[in-house]
Amino acid sequence: MIPANAAKIPHGRFRTTDATVPKVMQQGALTPWLYLTPAIIIMFIFIVYPAANTFYLSFRNSANTDWAGAACAPLEPCWGILENYRYALTSEIMRIAFFNNLMWILIMVSATVGLGLLVAVLADRVRYEPFAKALIFMPMAISFVGAGVIWKFVYDYRPGSDQIGLLNAILAALGGQPIPWLTVPLLNIVMLNVVGVWVWTGFCMTILAAAVKGVPSELLEAARLDGASELQVFRQITVPIIMPTIAVVVTTMVINVLKIFDIVYVMTGGNYGTQVIANQMYIEQYTNFQTGRAAAIAVVLIAVILPAMYFNIRRFREQEATR
Amino acid sequence: MRVSKNFGQRLSGLPKHLVLLGICLVWIVPTVGLLVTSFRPAQEVTDSGWWTVFNPPKGRASYQTFCASCHGENGDAIPSANLADPAVIGQFTRSIQLQAVLRKQFNGQPHMGSVPFPNAQETADILNYLRVLSGIQRTQQFTLDNYVDALVGYRGRGTYTQDCAAGTQPVDLKCDFFDLANPRGMGRAFLNTLIVAIPATILPIFIAAFAAYAFAWLHFPLRLWMFALLVGLQVVPLQMTLIPISRLYASLGLNGTFLAVWLFHTGFGLPYAIYLQRNFLGSLPRELFESAYLDGASHWTAFWKLAVPLAMPAIASLAIFQFLWVWNDLLVALVFLGGENPVLTYQISNMVTSLGSGWQVLTAAAFLSMLLPMIIFFSLQRYFVRGMLAGSVKG
Repeated sequence: MIPANAAKIPHGRFRTTDATVPKVMQQGALTPWLYLTPAIIIMFIFIVYPAANTFYLSFRNSANTDWAGAACAPLEPCWGILENYRYALTSEIMRIAFFNNLMWILIMVSATVGLGLLVAVLADRVRYEPFAKALIFMPMAISFVGAGVIWKFVYDYRPGSDQIGLLNAILAALGGQPIPWLTVPLLNIVMLNVVGVWVWTGFCMTILAAAVKGVPSELLEAARLDGASELQVFRQITVPIIMPTIAVVVTTMVINVLKIFDIVYVMTGGNYGTQVIANQMYIEQYTNFQTGRAAAIAVVLIAVILPAMYFNIRRFREQEATR
Repeated sequence: MRVSKNFGQRLSGLPKHLVLLGICLVWIVPTVGLLVTSFRPAQEVTDSGWWTVFNPPKGRASYQTFCASCHGENGDAIPSANLADPAVIGQFTRSIQLQAVLRKQFNGQPHMGSVPFPNAQETADILNYLRVLSGIQRTQQFTLDNYVDALVGYRGRGTYTQDCAAGTQPVDLKCDFFDLANPRGMGRAFLNTLIVAIPATILPIFIAAFAAYAFAWLHFPLRLWMFALLVGLQVVPLQMTLIPISRLYASLGLNGTFLAVWLFHTGFGLPYAIYLQRNFLGSLPRELFESAYLDGASHWTAFWKLAVPLAMPAIASLAIFQFLWVWNDLLVALVFLGGENPVLTYQISNMVTSLGSGWQVLTAAAFLSMLLPMIIFFSLQRYFVRGMLAGSVKG
């Protein structure tokens, strides 16, 4: 059901050269602005101005009445105007959030890309490929909130023997004790990651599948004739050829993981040590009313995302150039 | 020879099928569990896992061990003690009464004869099964009550239908058609989500189409430079803009209104929508446009008669992506709409965290929220996948 060339987004080309407009199509100097102005005004109000304002607010106190750090007590640690950043970078709760986001990156990115690649390669060799791919891509259609409910039910825990959560029921059938999956520190982060992996693997799979199909079959055949095993063919031919695609998928996933919010919000609310950056930002602004701190966290978030984004766009352009 | 070769090939392909089908199984089972649970009665959901839905009723095994040899499989083998008769079983309201009867002598012989005596739990299970057998206790395995409860926002101990029949419904429900508009219900939330998602899909695509046309086929200074800026705007995360916009909305009194979310989604959807449509329009052959101008068409005509119809495949992918993005969004709805005009994701996340309603209603509510995305996914898969992939860099 998913077309093999789905990832070759025909309308997603990144153009770096200016396709010169034909001479006959020259128009008055005012015309382009009639087409552009509505979009420019809205984008300015909703993206440019707020982003700049967030940056400014990150240096202000919570009520935006003075610079951050103005009320710093002497002899206590204070970064002056960067006081909110001291909070965003060194406070206990944010250290936990950074650690958790790092865990998310390590677990979820490797799992989605690894599983996605596995399914892409395996599905390429079976007749029910479209069916398998549709099944695995399906979670992309539903909300993180819906996915959270689905998996919270799988993780359901109650003391005693009668379990209605699938995972604890399996554990009980194997003779184990039920585990409160979402409240045990560290284990709960893994369990939240499973939800993320369930949602995002289909995305990685689809992009990687297109790359796998793009590997020239003569190359594969030649290697097989030379006596290479399937595993060798995969590791020494397929993987090196699709490496640029893997890199793009990895960075895209890193960006997605850094912004993860809904899954944590719905499943644990950031409790039991599962706090992540985006979630803490929401709490600072809408629960603690610490606007300056929330703004600083947002700036830190974009600062962390930017390198991955830069890498991604550059890669994308390189690929387009060679296509 | 050929058969054995085929067989050998199949056998060597077995691991890949096992791995792939195993993964598929893991992927689908949680959703199946949700779907099955949403159709089970509340009592069943709390008593047993959804995978037991095809198991024989509780207590049947105990009944067969202790009673079936004399009373028969269906309990009516002894006409004078017909266990399938509600009048007989109705006398036993608690299992201790049943146990008392079992201890009594029967025709001068011990009631149980050579059969061992059931313990308290087993007696309770047997009585439970007899109540089912005699029809006193209904064992419905399938019900639509959960969906009704979710749609009208019923939060009580029974079900909406039961309460309405008894006239004991909560004060916020009237037991008529207008309950579907109850602000606590999923029916209203579904409507609210549609009200949010449709304009929030059309507006950005419409406004972006003009800008995209300008970027593709009009001449103006700094064109490339501005387009590069646009690519940069795509990557700004949502979190970066939330605080100033909510302050702006607060000063304008826009918080909690649909207009607030429409505008926000429009602003945030624009860079990506322009980018995608520009690239599509820019890849169209320029001779097409040239000849149109030579025939005397203005830019306005070329835009409406040439660019928009040709860009329809791109617009379809874009529309599906944007619609599902808005439909599935929690953060923006949480911040700008909140409880005043609750959408599906907001309502569900509230149900999860408040623990006010049982799994049966929560699963039904979750499935209601997935219904439309699933339909779109399975009917428009090609466009859906394209839109998803192209939109993967969106902030």
